[in-house]
Amino acid sequence: MSTFPWLTTLMVVPLVGSVIVALLPRGRGALAKQVALLFSLVTLGLTVAMALQFSADSAERFQFAESHPWIPAFGISYSVGVDGIGLVLVALAATLVPVVILAGWNDVDEESRGSIKGYFALILVLETLMIGVFVATDVFLFYVFFEVMLIPVYFMIGRYGGVQRSYAAVKFLLYSLVGGLFMLASLIGLYVVSAQITGTGTFDFLALAGLDIDPDVQKLLFLGFFFAFAVKAPLWPFHTWLPDAAAESKPGTSVLLIGVLDKVGTFGMIRYCLEIFPAASVFYAPIVIGLALVGIFYGAFVALSQKDMKRLFAYSSMSHFGFITLGIFVFTTTGQSGSVVYMVAHGLSTAALFLTAGFLIQRHHGSSQIDDYAGVNKAAPVLAGFFLLAALSSLALPGLVSFVGEFLVLLGAFERYMWVGAVATLGIVITAAYVLRLYQRSMTGPLKPELEGMSDLRGREVTALVPIAVLTIVLGLYPAPLLNVINPAVDKVMTSVGQTDPAPTIRSAGLPTEGAEQ
Amino acid sequence: MLMPAEGVFSLIWVLIALPLAGAAILLFGGRRTNSWGPYLGVLTVTASAVLGWIMLVAMMGNAPEERTFDQTLFSWVFAGSFQADMAFQLDQLSMVFVLLITTVGALIHVYSLGYMAHDPDRRKFFGYLNLFVGAMLILVLANNYLLLYVGWEGVGLASYLLIGFWQFKHSAAAAAKKAFIINRVGDVGLSLAIMLMFVTFGSVSFQDVFGAADQASEGTLNAIGLLLLLAAAGKSAQFPLQAWLLDAMEGPTPVSALIHAATMVTAGVYLIARSNAIFDIATIAATAVVVVGLITVFMGAIIGSAKDDIKKSLAGSTMSQIGYMVTAAGLGPIGYVFAIFHLLTHGVFKAGLFLGAGSVMHGMNDNVDMRRYGALRTVMFITFITFAAGWLAILGIPPFSGFWSKDELIHAAFEQSMITGWLLIIAAGITGFYMTRMFIMTFLGKARWEDDAHPHESPKVMTIPLIILAIGSTFMGLALLFWGNIETWLEPVVGFEKGESPLPTWATIALSLLAVGIGVLVAYLMYQRRQIPVEAPRGSWLTRAAREELYGNQVNDVLVVQPTYYASRWLVWFDNKGVDGFVNGSAAFIGGLSGRLRRYQTGFARSYALSMVGGAVLVVLALVLVRAS
Repeated sequence: MSTFPWLTTLMVVPLVGSVIVALLPRGRGALAKQVALLFSLVTLGLTVAMALQFSADSAERFQFAESHPWIPAFGISYSVGVDGIGLVLVALAATLVPVVILAGWNDVDEESRGSIKGYFALILVLETLMIGVFVATDVFLFYVFFEVMLIPVYFMIGRYGGVQRSYAAVKFLLYSLVGGLFMLASLIGLYVVSAQITGTGTFDFLALAGLDIDPDVQKLLFLGFFFAFAVKAPLWPFHTWLPDAAAESKPGTSVLLIGVLDKVGTFGMIRYCLEIFPAASVFYAPIVIGLALVGIFYGAFVALSQKDMKRLFAYSSMSHFGFITLGIFVFTTTGQSGSVVYMVAHGLSTAALFLTAGFLIQRHHGSSQIDDYAGVNKAAPVLAGFFLLAALSSLALPGLVSFVGEFLVLLGAFERYMWVGAVATLGIVITAAYVLRLYQRSMTGPLKPELEGMSDLRGREVTALVPIAVLTIVLGLYPAPLLNVINPAVDKVMTSVGQTDPAPTIRSAGLPTEGAEQ
Repeated sequence: MLMPAEGVFSLIWVLIALPLAGAAILLFGGRRTNSWGPYLGVLTVTASAVLGWIMLVAMMGNAPEERTFDQTLFSWVFAGSFQADMAFQLDQLSMVFVLLITTVGALIHVYSLGYMAHDPDRRKFFGYLNLFVGAMLILVLANNYLLLYVGWEGVGLASYLLIGFWQFKHSAAAAAKKAFIINRVGDVGLSLAIMLMFVTFGSVSFQDVFGAADQASEGTLNAIGLLLLLAAAGKSAQFPLQAWLLDAMEGPTPVSALIHAATMVTAGVYLIARSNAIFDIATIAATAVVVVGLITVFMGAIIGSAKDDIKKSLAGSTMSQIGYMVTAAGLGPIGYVFAIFHLLTHGVFKAGLFLGAGSVMHGMNDNVDMRRYGALRTVMFITFITFAAGWLAILGIPPFSGFWSKDELIHAAFEQSMITGWLLIIAAGITGFYMTRMFIMTFLGKARWEDDAHPHESPKVMTIPLIILAIGSTFMGLALLFWGNIETWLEPVVGFEKGESPLPTWATIALSLLAVGIGVLVAYLMYQRRQIPVEAPRGSWLTRAAREELYGNQVNDVLVVQPTYYASRWLVWFDNKGVDGFVNGSAAFIGGLSGRLRRYQTGFARSYALSMVGGAVLVVLALVLVRAS
């Protein structure tokens, strides 16, 4: 194992980029964008280089680990490291940032409220923080990243958003702050408990996960963490900030917010809730599964009647977060691996949907009302084609990466609770209904006269979307690069939660299974 | 026994890759492929067909038990103990499907060169057709259910794209969406069947599931069987998921021929026949298959008898004929081979009939109303003769191909139950009626053409595929039965038993010919001897119900669509007023509070920074207190 501080480098590079972009003189917008793109591409390159050195079957819990004391008095350290789950999410973030920068090239101009360089500097800061939150192995450090992340997003919505931007930004902030406060309370409690058990308090994740915390205390502390995560990856009924944030944000902001940042919620559930509070996780699982099921259908049904496409995507995401949460809390390897694949897939499909819709909206006076469009396929077939692919990815068409995630989640649920899996599977019908309804209304039919002469996607826009499309298809047909690193990490989570997969019924009935030889 | 995929069989994946590569080049290549794209589309499918025929010859060189070839490319989806490979299985069953799909597919590609010659988007059309062929080959070549699902949904996607090909028409786009969503209901069945298989057998590969089927409980197998039936009903437009097929005729006619007659809609029959190890034990599910098949046989035939739109009438006929196959598949080992036999002959003669209808439409300004046809034998002779071959084949007149397959099928039905047998004979009579009605209204009688119609024969690129399919409609049944020994060919895969029939073979033949004769006679009296009005008469209640497709759409609307939208709108209201209203209510309270605070502050960001500092202080204080304790 090399001793090169990969993860710190990954965080420093975009941060340096952000400072350089911010220091550029006003009026050098083009240069700011180029510098931002360059730094995000370097970060992506470094991420790929690091991922290639990741060893899938290493016995170590975290790889590329670094640890430096930070506030030793409280057992707080700057500790980072990744397992397979963290790795794919870092890779997702590193992939989407350059895509978002390229796609949002002209989203901010000299007439905007905020400066051009400000927007791109914020994106790079956010990248640093997003990587940080997925690689922190000190719970306090995680909390710091978790909270500080709010600041760039708050400004990205509040300064660069639409008409109702400040309402949306404040709502987002209040929700997140309240969630964060509960987590803070639990965090302090956790420190106290660790001090009680071991004598010296610690925030080190592995140490905390190894503690044998009293189940009743677990049940209390679990709630603080879970509430913060349930607001972030919005579970019903903590979701109402999301449609407003999605509707008012720039497409790029939405992609980073919903595609990557909200994954911190589901990532946090699998990493922190499950491993530090295993008994509480099992105890609350029925309630969480219930909320997840409600979310799947609630989000889908509400999406079906949305008039605004951005809000439709938000509710659709809520439905998808229901699937992801379901996979985590059924405690099966298939379910949890599926959830992590689904996190990546949802990041990609969200990016495709928001960016393509963004290109469309930009071409028609910024309207995101579905009824303002019809027959776009006639005027802009390439745009419509990407829109369809994004829609199919959202409905988890077999052969695309989202199918791998969704199927494994449903299978995992079915293995544990047959009826939960069966009911959740019904969700695939309603998903198809709202996704195809959107496509039918906006892209097909006779072209609206006012859309006559609408231009198709240009080179830059196509370049931004192609990597997403390629990943969606290639990882759907060959998901091994994801599964190879995710599966061992999930196995470790399952072991540390003390759960095993149910055996097939014919084997558990004691009958021989080698009937396959004919 | 599984044979390693060596020699020509190492190219199984190429069968699929060729059309998929064609699709990728045409769809991603953009306008620069406009000029040569369609020819590439034809070429890839033809190459697959040639490869398929070479494989058939090679397969025939092996002993019957050595004709299953397995090619595993790589591990595809795996987690925990779940594992599904990107792996293909070519055996006698998938072989006949490969030949049907690629050969009929190639002919329809060629035909489309003529039919779609003037369409500005014809490159896309050939791209979608290639995509369809590739996906359909995945469906029949997959060696496990999860990969089959990819093909299953892939053909659904191609069908969606092609039904909605002229998507500037509202009706086409709506029909495409409807087909996809109804099929998704079937997909729920397939998904759950796959999950139940994994939970039961610990695997979803054909080899493992079928090998251990006899160890699972009958209840589980019945559940799997019923779920597979739901899937089959969606794809094959069987009751109660039949409502999409007639709307699907919005697609260009070659699409109706290839996807909605010859191949994709028969995938449900393939699924059931492939899963024979399950249905052989799951008797309740098998009975349900027969019941669904029989209901659809009659629904389709009744609808087909009343429609004046030639394509919709043919679509009703397709439903009905697939109903025959599904019924046969539900009979168990006495029926599987005949289900597949009829599937193959039907695939050829129905493709011919649809392409014939397309040729007629091509000459009649795309008019589909048979009341405006008549006497077309005089102007499109090749279309007339080839359509006649298809007509005689579907009627089951010896020696045309439908005779052999339908007769064997009906005979097998009698072996299991008199009721099933008699119902199929009655349905054969209705088939005789509606197909003769169509034949007379289109080609015989007096011309009822619209003023601007100038019917003419189609170009050679269209008539040559018609001729080839007509030859198939004439001789294929004989060839498969006597030269191909279809029963012994398929037996190693689906099993074959000869049951005891209460009626001798000659009697079932005589009865079904008699029934068909009556149907033909009624149609002759009603349509040949009488003037056909250009405007459809009101008709009896049954005619009106049949025109309304037996109210399938109305039932779906009342039971499913309306309640869904009602629930959706209610939830939107609830979300705005309920959940968000509650939150905003409390936010307004806090907002009021912070409004008072704001007098001491300027701007939200500053107060946020302050609260951050305050929070940090609190954290440190708390930690210090904890340590002190």
